[in-house]
Amino acid sequence: MRSHFWNRSAALLGVVAMAACGGGGGSSEGAADDAGEAAPAAAAVDPASVGTISGMANFGGMVPTMEAIDMSAEADCAAGYGADGPMAQNVLVSDGGLANVFVYLSEGVSGAPAASGAAALDQVNCRYTPHVLGVQSGQDIEISNSDNLLHNINATPTENRGFNISQPRAGITSTQRFQVAEVMVPVRCDVHGWMQAYIGVVDHPYFAVTGPDGSYSIANVPAGDYTMTAWHEEFGTMTASVTVTAGGTAAASFDYNGEMAGADVPMGDALVLEHGTNRIRVERTQ
Amino acid sequence: MMALRRRAFGLVAPGGLAILAVLAIAAVSAAPPLAAQEDAVAAGKVVYDRWCAECHGETGQGDGSAAASMLPRPRDFTQALYQIRTTGSGQLPTDADIRFAIENGLPGTTMPGWPNLSDGEIDDLIVYLKSFSRFFAQGPAPEPLDFGSDPGGGPAAIEAGAAAYLTMLCEECHGLSGRGDGTSAPTLEDWRGLPIRAADLTEAWVLNGGSSVEDMHTRMLTGLDGTPMPSAIDAMNSGVVSPDEVWQLAHYLASMGPREMPPLREVIRVGRAEGGLPADGGEEAWAGVEAFYFPMSGQVVQLPRNFAPTVDGLWVQGLHDGTDMALRVQWNDPSNSPDSNWDEWQDKITAALDLDGAEPIALDSAGAPTVRPPDAVLLQFPFEPPEGTDRPYFLMGDAREPVYLWTWDSEAGVGAGRGRGLDSVEPLAEDPVTGEATWEEGRWTLYLRRPIEIESDGLDFAEGTPMPIAFQAWDGSSAEVGKRSSVSTWYYILLEPPASSTVVVTPLLAMLLTGAFGLVLVRRAQDRRRDG
Repeated sequence: MRSHFWNRSAALLGVVAMAACGGGGGSSEGAADDAGEAAPAAAAVDPASVGTISGMANFGGMVPTMEAIDMSAEADCAAGYGADGPMAQNVLVSDGGLANVFVYLSEGVSGAPAASGAAALDQVNCRYTPHVLGVQSGQDIEISNSDNLLHNINATPTENRGFNISQPRAGITSTQRFQVAEVMVPVRCDVHGWMQAYIGVVDHPYFAVTGPDGSYSIANVPAGDYTMTAWHEEFGTMTASVTVTAGGTAAASFDYNGEMAGADVPMGDALVLEHGTNRIRVERTQ
Repeated sequence: MMALRRRAFGLVAPGGLAILAVLAIAAVSAAPPLAAQEDAVAAGKVVYDRWCAECHGETGQGDGSAAASMLPRPRDFTQALYQIRTTGSGQLPTDADIRFAIENGLPGTTMPGWPNLSDGEIDDLIVYLKSFSRFFAQGPAPEPLDFGSDPGGGPAAIEAGAAAYLTMLCEECHGLSGRGDGTSAPTLEDWRGLPIRAADLTEAWVLNGGSSVEDMHTRMLTGLDGTPMPSAIDAMNSGVVSPDEVWQLAHYLASMGPREMPPLREVIRVGRAEGGLPADGGEEAWAGVEAFYFPMSGQVVQLPRNFAPTVDGLWVQGLHDGTDMALRVQWNDPSNSPDSNWDEWQDKITAALDLDGAEPIALDSAGAPTVRPPDAVLLQFPFEPPEGTDRPYFLMGDAREPVYLWTWDSEAGVGAGRGRGLDSVEPLAEDPVTGEATWEEGRWTLYLRRPIEIESDGLDFAEGTPMPIAFQAWDGSSAEVGKRSSVSTWYYILLEPPASSTVVVTPLLAMLLTGAFGLVLVRRAQDRRRDG
């Protein structure tokens, strides 16, 4: 499905959608650190109408060896790691579970509560924590620096406006937002070329990031039929159908293996306004 | 596995009816008078297609026919990422910001200023440029940041600014001396993933946002979108530096080198050394000697062309003692090539640029280049003293008129050669030139020494006779080898004769005679007019 309308319309569309649905969602629980209070505008969740989705990102076969990161330029950061030193985080597997998979409802959501609470992205020992973060469009992202040295947080979305902020000391916090859905927004530090994070932005709170054991859970999902998409930075995307019943727990798991490496990994699509028309062309880099 | 793409807005779409309703609302709320807007777009397109499209591309994606030779690449207007803004990081520019870039160009890049365009043409062009990106159609017009007011400069402010430079850790990229040689400099990439330099703050005239204190201050608070240069605004708001300290830092940056490009001087005056020639390029011996600046530009006459040269100018000082002459040549280059820290940079440059006509790069079994080229500079002179204004071809001469070369590179050191064009250089067996070079904090200092007159190679410098001189330079870490160089045009070098009494008296006499002759001419003319 390709959208063909002015983005101005799209911005309004969200407002209309919210009004039309009468705030039919409820308090949300994203998988990241954004579990917060329900937005005042959103009506309370009717527990009788929502369910939970949970599952695993499974990893089979040989686990790729992660490269060591040369942090010798920042001794303070390097000291924060054990004898093996810092390793890349592209593929983190533990007991057959794959961490850092961003899972979200990609089809079937017909309304959502407004974003509530703030998501958090920290910089600890010259790495981003978390490595993959999910947020709702419009949600505050509080970016902090736990390292007492210079980081710049350079976010390069294509659907949203980006930002590039310096934090030359520990204790600085920057608050940023992305206004429209975009999976994924790359974030990097230009001072430390190995620092990379991804922020998945969706229009609703029904998303999660798999934990170290590969598991995830999304609560308070209105009953219905959905398509779920799972995104991983090395293995690209895959989808699953899931049916949520009121009060029930639906299962949706994703199976990965090392041979999937090198897949097309979507970042935000570049939308190009076609001159002289109201059309927007979606540029895909495949 | 189906790669299902994110859909920008579909997730909240309640259905087709709502979309239609919204489109209707959008049509009503499209405030700008549409007819006027369309006229401006059409007029702007004419200007754009004529002057801009060759680099920025017909569709505004920065992919015009000339783009592949350029680093940084021309702006991609569809992303609406503008470096030079008065608005916050990630914000759209104001119309005035876009006008500033069109009128002044972006020094240090291939973007020139456009004084040929009228105000009206630029107005139309701005409308057209904005129409390339959907972002401008959204939301209210961007507002400039509040930059506060400059508490003033002076030595104390500059000293405080120098401290703020370190507090903000500017040196991580820009280097302690500001020459763009910081630890992180070799790894920097722009939003396209292409290599981009940390600005050389000592050459303010090639800073693309302007060189005034206000410009520096603005760039720090807004950042340069699409580049690694971040906004310092959160660091300021959280008290790491105060608003006054950011202004002081701007004063410090503005003090790091000349504000404007040094004025062009045609002649390097090589004065007579009092108390012997300097034995090396050390600062002490050369401190009082006048330095002459010569701008360099990329070699673009022959393939492969160099539109993004590293060395954009050099400083030359000279002294002689009647027997020998010594020159000191200094230029900024953030890498002491070959330097393994810059190997990836070199490979990225090679991959990013259209090196049409370049020699194929020899690769080892791992796919890495077998040769990491050195930095190099050469000085060229005519082989024969010139008659009149006739000089050899400025790109290292030709078969008819060869040039005499003083060569230096960071591996082979100093030598002499004969050039018959960029393709044809032979070393000279008799090698009277000696010298050495040192690299420190992003700057080369080359010391050269040679007898003024020698019998073997035919090139003699005569005191009091201007000798043509031209320069060429290479940064190995930026894959500058062979014809991919920086070049200058011809200038002159003049060994000043001893300050004897005749030297002082002759010009005085000449001035007196000229004055008297002029008076006679004027009288006669007046007489004639009276008579007529």
